[in-house]
Amino acid sequence: MDNIVEIRNIKKIYGDKVKTQVLFDLNLSIEKGSFNSIIGQSGSGKSTLLNILGTLDRPTDGEIVINGVNTKSMNANQLAKLRNETLGFIFQFHYLLPEFTALENVLMPYRIMGKKIDDKVMERANELIELVGLSKVKNNLATQMSGGQQQRTAIARSLMNNPSIILADEPTGNLDSDTTEQIYDLMRKINKKYNTTFIIITHDQHVAEKTDRIIEVKDGRIIMDVRRNND
Amino acid sequence: MKFAFSVAKRFLGYNKGQTIMIMVGIAIGVSVQIFIGLLITGLQESLIDKTVGSTPHITITQQDELSFYDFEVKNDEFTAVVYQAEGPAFAISESDDASVLLRGLSEDGDKLYKLSDKLVEGKMPSLKNDVIVGLGLQEKLNLDINDVLTLRTISNQTVDVKVVGIVDLKVDSINNSWVLSTLPTAQSLFSIDDEITSIAIQVKDVFTADTLSEELKSEITVSDLKVINWKEQNEDLLSGLNGQSISSIMIQVFVLISVVLGIASVLAITVLQKSKQIGILKAMGIPDNTASLIFLFQGLILGVYGAILGVLFGLGLILSFTTFARNPDGTALIPINFDLQFILFSGSIAILSALIASFIPAARSKKLSPIEVIRNG
Ligand SMILES: Nc1ncnc2c1ncn2[C@@H]1O[C@H](COP(=O)(O)OP(=O)(O)O)[C@@H](O)[C@H]1O
Ligand SMILES: [Mg+2]
Repeated sequence: MDNIVEIRNIKKIYGDKVKTQVLFDLNLSIEKGSFNSIIGQSGSGKSTLLNILGTLDRPTDGEIVINGVNTKSMNANQLAKLRNETLGFIFQFHYLLPEFTALENVLMPYRIMGKKIDDKVMERANELIELVGLSKVKNNLATQMSGGQQQRTAIARSLMNNPSIILADEPTGNLDSDTTEQIYDLMRKINKKYNTTFIIITHDQHVAEKTDRIIEVKDGRIIMDVRRNND
Repeated sequence: MKFAFSVAKRFLGYNKGQTIMIMVGIAIGVSVQIFIGLLITGLQESLIDKTVGSTPHITITQQDELSFYDFEVKNDEFTAVVYQAEGPAFAISESDDASVLLRGLSEDGDKLYKLSDKLVEGKMPSLKNDVIVGLGLQEKLNLDINDVLTLRTISNQTVDVKVVGIVDLKVDSINNSWVLSTLPTAQSLFSIDDEITSIAIQVKDVFTADTLSEELKSEITVSDLKVINWKEQNEDLLSGLNGQSISSIMIQVFVLISVVLGIASVLAITVLQKSKQIGILKAMGIPDNTASLIFLFQGLILGVYGAILGVLFGLGLILSFTTFARNPDGTALIPINFDLQFILFSGSIAILSALIASFIPAARSKKLSPIEVIRNG
């Protein structure tokens, strides 16, 4: 299988005077269409790793290759375009824009591309909303939805530009266990339907066990990496 | 572009109260600027009009105040050219006598001195030996319309003239001494058939009187003539007007500065309020320039609406001022000219300053990194 993401010798050191090294020479390859989880104790460096993977943060040293493209020499605007076209983000906090409705939030990545919203695009947005089960509240402002609905809107939004990779950082950290279950089932469904690659940070062992591959981080190092078949 | 504009619009619409407050702030600034600007301009214009509206702007006389042969004076900038013959005389009526100044005016005299408007009784002199007299003189000599008055010059020439009108020249000393006639009447009394003692000129734009006066000087071939303009004679007024203009500009500049600071500080706060949104948008892939454009557009929208509102407020203020501040006779206390150019200028300045004020938040928005927002929740 092709690798959609490869990281090589990633180091991350925070601080100028007091330096704290958070990631130590990480190497990792993620296969296209795979469904992965990253686990580890709080403070172990999971978010730092994911943000570097998603080009939101730059590593102190090392290289990230996304879809065969090395991001090392790309400038801020090139990275922004890359994120817009190939990456989808889901965070612990939904990060919807409160000024916009659910549907408008879902359309946002497409509008950022600068393309005109035609019937076909609208149809796709509505399909995604349907997929995450929000048809009834799609015209509500982001603030007029429950936590689960907001997170599902964020998932639909992350899918809008048909990204090859979705990065999720404790996407259900704020949700109850029933909703957590639904959200994971949903992500799995999307993974199967669109062959979208998922990298999900979770502290929930039960959730991790349902993924194809579990990567465990401890003190900035990968200490375990297991693949499994759970079809 | 379009994306940034629509996000800017949405951000402003979402914080309606704040948006309206900034717009009203800009509007008040603009309206004060328009009100003060138009008021002071109106004040100055009416002051100038009162001072030189019915007096010569340029006067040509002989060096030694003797008479000279008339010659034609022409310029498209001149609105009235009056050939005048004047001199002292002694006026004798049936009841009294007085020292007077007889001034004969050519055709444009009425236009320059606005005599028809100042006529309280009778008509303008049109025939030879018709005269009009000042109000004070009419009282002293106890004159009625159509009364005959005898004028005697220093050289003992006499002529009987008919009083056809009485004028109120507003200034006592003039009202008490002036007798006005057509040019030939005065010329024949003073025995200067083809000669005149002065030429009085009014010009379109009073402030060009000095340059026009210089032009005239160079054109005149007759020697020993003296050309003076109103500016030389009214230096105090001019420096007063100048001071007024400067203080008006100062007020407008300070209003402007406070508007700019107000917008800048409010927009700086909104960039903090919206930093989460900006971070999310950047994470989703908006380029840094689009992030700053959002705030520039906010400034622009606030400026445009604020300016439009301000122009309306300003016009309202001026209108109510002209409606309520009136003289007892019903004319406007200060006649105000709705100078469209100035109004548009004030509005544009407000838009421009709102735009400039949004540079700082735009720069901050550009610099904001998405990771800060995502890491800190
Ligand atoms: N901006 C920062 N400056 C300094 N240290 C940081 C910064 N961000 C994170 N850290 C530190 O890096 C380590 C890893 O953080 P993080 O990646 O958020 O861990 P996790 O997501 O696994 O809980 C933690 O010890 C954290 O305190
Ligand atoms: Mg974390």
